[in-house]
Amino acid sequence: MIQDTVFVVTIVLMLVVTAAFVLVALNASKEAVDYAPVQARSGRTRVAVFWTLIVAGVLVTVITTLDLPYAATRGNVSADAVPIDIEGRQWLWVMDETEVRAGDTVVFNVSAFDVNHGLGVYTPDMQMISQTQAMPGYVNSVEVTLEEPGTYQLLCMEYCGLAHHAMTLPLTVTE
Amino acid sequence: MAEQTNTAPLSSSARVGVLTYLAISALVFVLMMLLGLVMRLAQATWLGVPPNIFYQVMTAHGAGMVGISGLAASAVIWYFLQRHVSLTVGILWANLGFFLLGVVLILGGIFLGGYAGGWTFLFPLPSSLASGWSTTGAACFLFGLLSIGVGFLLLYLDFARAIISRYGSLGRSLGWPQLFGRSTDAPPPAVVVAATMVLIINIAGILSGAVVLTLILVNLFVPAFAVDALLTKNLTYFFGHVFINATIYQAVVAVYEILPEYTGRPWKVNRIFLAAWTASTIMVMAVYPHHLLMDFVMPTWALVLGQVVSYTSGFPILVVTAWGALTIVHRSGIRWDMVSGLLFLSMFGWSVGVVPAIIDGTIAVNQVMHNTMWVPGHFHMYLILGLVAMLFGFMYYFSNQTSGKRNLDRVAFWLYVGGGFLFSFGFLVSGSDSIPRRWAAHLPEWVAQAQLSSIFGAIVSVAALVFAVRFLTSLGNARTA
Repeated sequence: MIQDTVFVVTIVLMLVVTAAFVLVALNASKEAVDYAPVQARSGRTRVAVFWTLIVAGVLVTVITTLDLPYAATRGNVSADAVPIDIEGRQWLWVMDETEVRAGDTVVFNVSAFDVNHGLGVYTPDMQMISQTQAMPGYVNSVEVTLEEPGTYQLLCMEYCGLAHHAMTLPLTVTE
Repeated sequence: MAEQTNTAPLSSSARVGVLTYLAISALVFVLMMLLGLVMRLAQATWLGVPPNIFYQVMTAHGAGMVGISGLAASAVIWYFLQRHVSLTVGILWANLGFFLLGVVLILGGIFLGGYAGGWTFLFPLPSSLASGWSTTGAACFLFGLLSIGVGFLLLYLDFARAIISRYGSLGRSLGWPQLFGRSTDAPPPAVVVAATMVLIINIAGILSGAVVLTLILVNLFVPAFAVDALLTKNLTYFFGHVFINATIYQAVVAVYEILPEYTGRPWKVNRIFLAAWTASTIMVMAVYPHHLLMDFVMPTWALVLGQVVSYTSGFPILVVTAWGALTIVHRSGIRWDMVSGLLFLSMFGWSVGVVPAIIDGTIAVNQVMHNTMWVPGHFHMYLILGLVAMLFGFMYYFSNQTSGKRNLDRVAFWLYVGGGFLFSFGFLVSGSDSIPRRWAAHLPEWVAQAQLSSIFGAIVSVAALVFAVRFLTSLGNARTA
């Protein structure tokens, strides 16, 4: 799951930030040293950190934008994709299919009848694998491959009023 | 030539004005934290809260926290800015008047009118009577926000007037002659640069908010007046993103001004500093599409821009301001007390909270993290440990509480650090487990996380209560200059 990778990367980067602050805090109240050399060394290190972050940022940007989830909304749908129209309304999903086969790639064409909703597609063990917004007057299409058989869940991801949390719908994925 | 700082005594009205802003803020921060705790306790199944009340509390918590952060942060920057330019004390009070009027309308709209459409009032939810609230309730809430916006607009226009009359133009007060030209004059002080950035982005943000509020209000009473949901979403998120971010860009002035007093080292306004603030002026406004990454009908270029600017907007924070704070404190012989401790903590909180925020700005990540608990995870981290720490640090500074009750302060400080970090981190864990945000009732397998989070939420609330009481009982000691 991408979430696991994201969590680990976040922890590592947060630890780096924490280490820098703890290190400085532990030494801060020791006898003061002349500021000019501190500034000079800090300036040199900052330049190195700046360029490291720039290079890393460019690389991550290029890699992560090669495959954007917007193609289906622009009409570029996989040839074998199963289209499913789904509409959010307070507080239920109205969908024209409730069963697909494992391994199917589904294109959810998502709209809203009344207010903004959000379609979150959850695996049987309740990990989100994709989502898009449901908005009155617009259709967002998202392509998702449902790998494993079982009962997936469709959850509302955009606050839509008093029964928002009850807006779920099962989707059966058969062998 | 070095810029002269006006350290003449504050007028009585100005001093009382700043104190009133801060006193109200201290109280409201604690109250809003308690509302937040109510939500976590409900999700933990430890407190029975009906969904309609839960969502009313959620709406009040969001609007209250954003509004009070704006009020408190504006007091910080006003106090330091008036040392350099001639601000209008009457406007400071007028802003407070509009703010309090707005608070009454918002609370009435929520708890009497039943409005529970969230502080982001995403159209057409406020107009949705199926949601169970009255038109009057929704209108009161929206007029309340509008009133608060009018007050802040006056305040930032007064900033603009005062700065332009002192420096000649906003370009000069951003230090552009020194940044882009060959001027050898001393650049403007840090607070003037920051105030210029803030007034530019906040005037734009508030006007955007006013436009969308007006559109929704008209639609509320004349449903035939059609409003586009995507347009209003753009306007709302531009306003919301800019306004909440501007709070921290105002409060950080306390770090620029006070840490040098503690370390005996100047916070130098050089070209890197000026470049960072000019870049932030643009980036804070340009980055808002990262709230719309899951609105696939948006133009692709805007969404990719949202990701790229999410990354680049971290640079001024991490590589300039946080780095500057670390440099100025390193081996400085600093005296640690509540002021220096909270301000240093605030730089840590801002920096560490930016990490999950930037990562969530990646489209591929946002696709599985958007509107999960990951989002409140990152913003609670940089608001609790960043912004609010800055504000309480300034309250300790302004009320001269650097001595007395040191043990109580020390205990409260570490409870705040530990409780605040673990409370926010709990949201991140929940987000990585795909738990959605803004759900009144959680699935059984999610409840344990909410229970643990409630404990840390209670701890951080108690610590904030200590800070608030310490400030409110020391108002008489407040600075006079």
